[in-house]
Amino acid sequence: MLYSHEDTITAIATPIGVGAISVIRVSGSQSIEKVDSIFRGKKKLEDSKSHTIHYGRIYSQSNEVIDDVLISIFKKPNSYTGEDSIEISTHGNPLITQKIIDALLENNVRLAEPGEFTKRAFLNGRMDLAQAEAVADVINSRTEVSLHGARNQLDGLLSKKIDLLREMLIHSSSLIELELDFAEEDIQFVSLKEVKEEIEDIIAEIEELLKSYSFGKIVRDGVKVALVGQPNVGKSSLLNYMLKESRAIVSHIPGTTRDVISEEISVEGLFIKLFDTAGIRFAEDDIEKEGVERSRQAIENADIVIYMFDVTSDFGLELYEEIEKTIPEDRIITVANKIDLGKDLSHSADAEISALTGEGIPELFSLLKEISLGSNIYTEKSAVVSSLRHYNILKKAKENLFSAVKSIENKLSGEFIAVDLRNAENLLGEIIGKVSTDDILNNIFSKFCIGK
Amino acid sequence: MVNMLNYDVIVIGAGHAGIEAAIASARMGCSVALITMEKKAIGRMSCNPAIGGSAKGHIVHEIDALGGIMGLIADRTGIQFRTLNKSKGPSVWAGRCQSDRKLYSEEAGEVVFGTQNLDVIEDSVNEAFEENKKIVGVKTEKGKEINCKALIVASGTFLNGVMYTGTDPKIGGRFGERAAIGLTKSFLDMGFVADRLKTGTPPRLKKNSIDFSVLEEQPGDENPQPFSHRTDIKNFPVLPQVSCHLTYTDEHVHKILEKGFDRSPMFKGLITGVGPRYCPSIEDKIVRFADKPRHQLFLEPEGLDSDLIYLNGFSSSLPEEIQFEAVRAIQGLENIEMARPGYAVEYDYFPPYQVDLTLETKLIKGLYFAGQINGTSGYEEAAGQGLVAGINATLKIQGREEFVLKRSEAYIGVLIDDLVGKSTDEPYRMFTSRAEHRLILRQDNAERRLVKFGYDFGLVSKELYNEFKKSEELMIQGIDFASNLRISPKNINGFLASQNSSVIGNGETISKLVKRPELKLKNILETLDKSRFPLVEPLLNNEELLQKLEIELKYEGYIKRQYELVEKMEKLENTKIPLNYDYHNLNTISVEAREKLAKVQPRSIGQASRISGVSPADISILTVYLKN
Ligand SMILES: Cc1cc2nc3c(=O)[nH]c(=O)nc-3n(C[C@H](O)[C@H](O)[C@H](O)COP(=O)(O)OP(=O)(O)OC[C@H]3O[C@@H](n4cnc5c(N)ncnc54)[C@H](O)[C@@H]3O)c2cc1C
Ligand SMILES: Nc1nc2c(ncn2[C@@H]2O[C@H](COP(=O)(O)OP(=O)(O)OP(=O)(O)O)[C@@H](O)[C@H]2O)c(=O)[nH]1
Ligand SMILES: [Mg+2]
Repeated sequence: MLYSHEDTITAIATPIGVGAISVIRVSGSQSIEKVDSIFRGKKKLEDSKSHTIHYGRIYSQSNEVIDDVLISIFKKPNSYTGEDSIEISTHGNPLITQKIIDALLENNVRLAEPGEFTKRAFLNGRMDLAQAEAVADVINSRTEVSLHGARNQLDGLLSKKIDLLREMLIHSSSLIELELDFAEEDIQFVSLKEVKEEIEDIIAEIEELLKSYSFGKIVRDGVKVALVGQPNVGKSSLLNYMLKESRAIVSHIPGTTRDVISEEISVEGLFIKLFDTAGIRFAEDDIEKEGVERSRQAIENADIVIYMFDVTSDFGLELYEEIEKTIPEDRIITVANKIDLGKDLSHSADAEISALTGEGIPELFSLLKEISLGSNIYTEKSAVVSSLRHYNILKKAKENLFSAVKSIENKLSGEFIAVDLRNAENLLGEIIGKVSTDDILNNIFSKFCIGK
Repeated sequence: MVNMLNYDVIVIGAGHAGIEAAIASARMGCSVALITMEKKAIGRMSCNPAIGGSAKGHIVHEIDALGGIMGLIADRTGIQFRTLNKSKGPSVWAGRCQSDRKLYSEEAGEVVFGTQNLDVIEDSVNEAFEENKKIVGVKTEKGKEINCKALIVASGTFLNGVMYTGTDPKIGGRFGERAAIGLTKSFLDMGFVADRLKTGTPPRLKKNSIDFSVLEEQPGDENPQPFSHRTDIKNFPVLPQVSCHLTYTDEHVHKILEKGFDRSPMFKGLITGVGPRYCPSIEDKIVRFADKPRHQLFLEPEGLDSDLIYLNGFSSSLPEEIQFEAVRAIQGLENIEMARPGYAVEYDYFPPYQVDLTLETKLIKGLYFAGQINGTSGYEEAAGQGLVAGINATLKIQGREEFVLKRSEAYIGVLIDDLVGKSTDEPYRMFTSRAEHRLILRQDNAERRLVKFGYDFGLVSKELYNEFKKSEELMIQGIDFASNLRISPKNINGFLASQNSSVIGNGETISKLVKRPELKLKNILETLDKSRFPLVEPLLNNEELLQKLEIELKYEGYIKRQYELVEKMEKLENTKIPLNYDYHNLNTISVEAREKLAKVQPRSIGQASRISGVSPADISILTVYLKN
């Protein structure tokens, strides 16, 4: 039968095994009643107001205390899902959270499907499509900056922007339509030149949004940094130092080539994928082209290259110049290492560090952040495109608008211009859910992981 | 009962909707009674003596392709033919003609009286009867009770019609004609909801009192094109052709009109019905566009023998003496004699969410509404609905599958889908921009889109259909030929140079070449060796086909893209919503949307998505519900 909204669902809302506190979320018409049956506090939750927090204990079926908890009550419609909801904050021990979930399941609460909380929020009109997608990003995002970008979208900045563009488009379309349906009328028709200018304005806005995608992408997917340099300059040492300093080690991925090692770290909220490459010897007569080749892959794929040299040795100009052919200079950070051995540099550097003592590394981090995010081009106030789906739709819309401009330039009749405008308009509508297809929904709801 | 009569189908009203309905149904084999107040008024044009125009011309072509009669009658009685928008692309080319009002009605009458299985009864229907939510018959003013299996109501502006010239209301459906009283109540008792709409008409002027010498003339096309495929192009146009004339109001005229505002039934609130925004009265225009110094007026002849001129653009319900004084202040009309003033008419309509896409009412089986009663305005919109209602009433009686045109198939499809889903609250007129698939809904391909239906229903003759099939075959061969044959540079470059078109280096297909704006298909074909390519001769000899072929080739890319869009949409159209779906429990959908959905009972997600007041978010939610 129909999707049942009557079910009460639960899931752990915080990443498993991370952090001192775990949050378990329960949502559905019976959520308060169900939690009441395993919770003992000063007051029955049923008799408590929305948006209040209660201290108490959770008991298992066999009447054992599972944990001391804090319970937050959110009554409909003022909850994330728009339904009655409860959040149980417990100690971050996987065993405890599992026991509480089990207790709920025994009380006929169902385990949520991936994305089900957000699906309900969407179904209850708590967010539009773009916002729902942003939530998917929140869940997938691993660091502060990431969260920040996603939240910003959540607030509907992108939606608002797209809505505006769509309205502008509808305006241009009506100018075109006017002349098609009312040619007999005694009205002053707007010149196509004016319509063209309007469309070009919209194109410019879309291009602006498209540009923001690389930022949005870094926010979401992180920035790829390759460590490159001659043998023994201290690349691996830097990697190790960074790993030690960044507390959230997410994974350890073996390098794609035998020699490249990749680690994911989080630094000051920026998500970084580090690629440590094998040192490359680049002697005058004995050019080890092969060495360059081995690391080329990593360099080519990188957003930023850290070129490291040893202050006690030479800079390695030839190698540097070879790398410069692959990646623009403003994406290369030159780093002088081992300054604990002396600060008499053979070559100037963007950063001077010691991978042994850690000196200069905070400055290096700042530099990395600045180069990857750009200097404040995108503030919290700008709409940023961070989803590939949005990016592709915007690109298509832009193509349609280009085609409309071309039609105007080729002096084609209005109805041909109108087709492109209508297409573009529908595309923009797809981002904010003004045109809805199953595909979009399926895609979004399958992207969610349990708990949000 | 004394006067007990039985028919398969009863049609109320011999207006543009009613005659299409009655004729189609009779031709398809039903016994039909067409009950109308005045036999003399069959197919009467209430307002403008013109057929067609932007988007309306398209509908006439569609009616013709389906086997309706409007195009044929218009061709026989037209006194000026023009194709509008000729400077724009082919999808907005639209035929329009000035008609001889008297001849149009006579010709329509002749077709009606000449139709077998069709009885015309001069009477007024006062009451309709249902049993168990099924229509069973009607009772007339003269006391006749007539039984039927289906009832098609095409009563136009006559239901509780009230006419206004100044603040004096007069009961009537049209100048000199009575209103229909009683029928509305009959439907209200069955549970229908009625509302009021308003429309208006301008004054008629005496032709010989106009000074045409100072007015701008607007003649018809030099090479007039008929609406109907059944019209013999060799003997077309049938009647002598005449011109229209143009004049303008000015600020002085507006001043005079303003003097009458205190006696305007509109401004005084006597008329509550909503009027058409796209066809406002002159007093409306002055108020709403106060900074516009002048308004364009067309002087349209009412007929060859008629001494009346229709003052298009000057619809008014102001007092007669104000209208008269104002008209006399217009250039060329200084010595005018006004045969009769303009008036507004307010009438009942049944908000069309109450009908289904077949035009059958949702509430009472066997009951159909068509034309102005559904809130449309215009002869063509009425006729298109009449045809669809007549066909569907018959199909149902005969136990055959219903007939619903898609939005991608016909303007008539767009029209009915809009009516049902958006349930207009102002008079609805068709525009090309209402059709999201405009590029493929053209006049030139109306026959290709629709003739198969007309033939299936028996409304299009075998000869005509065979003729179509022959030309279709040629068309397909033509497309094939143009897309495959490569013309070598040496054979074409001379011609290209002569047309100021850039020469080619490698062989190129005709299809590619004809996409150049400066080249015509005809001229390209003429460069070919007729003995080598036997297809060239028959193509060149068929001017109509040649034009259709050129359109298909020139705009191929655009047309293809449009079809891709249609396909994408089809997915939504094919996501069906179960009959009598209960929306009231979907408390996640906004209350407004739930009400609208319950009212309209859309058949598919596609249809649901077009209902005003139903947001895309509502649709997404509905989709999720249907999926689960
Ligand atoms: C004053 C006026 C101004 C108009 N202005 C415009 C305009 O500006 N623009 C525009 O596009 N259209 C206008 N129209 C509308 C246009 O005339 C109609 O849209 C079109 O004619 C509707 O066709 P129909 O078949 O629905 O009804 P009609 O053509 O009105 O025909 C209805 C027929 O039904 C008959 N009838 C009605 N009730 C009964 C009954 N109970 N029993 C028996 N017979 C009955 C009548 O006698 C009449 O023959 C105007 C109409 C009027 C009257
Ligand atoms: N004194 C000092 N020694 C360092 C520093 N960084 C690295 N070293 C030493 O330099 C040597 C080489 O360091 P690695 O990190 O292995 O160098 P690498 O660049 O990864 O070398 P390859 O992988 O062979 O290319 C080790 O003995 C390190 O202890 C530093 O900042 N100061
Ligand atoms: Mg190393």
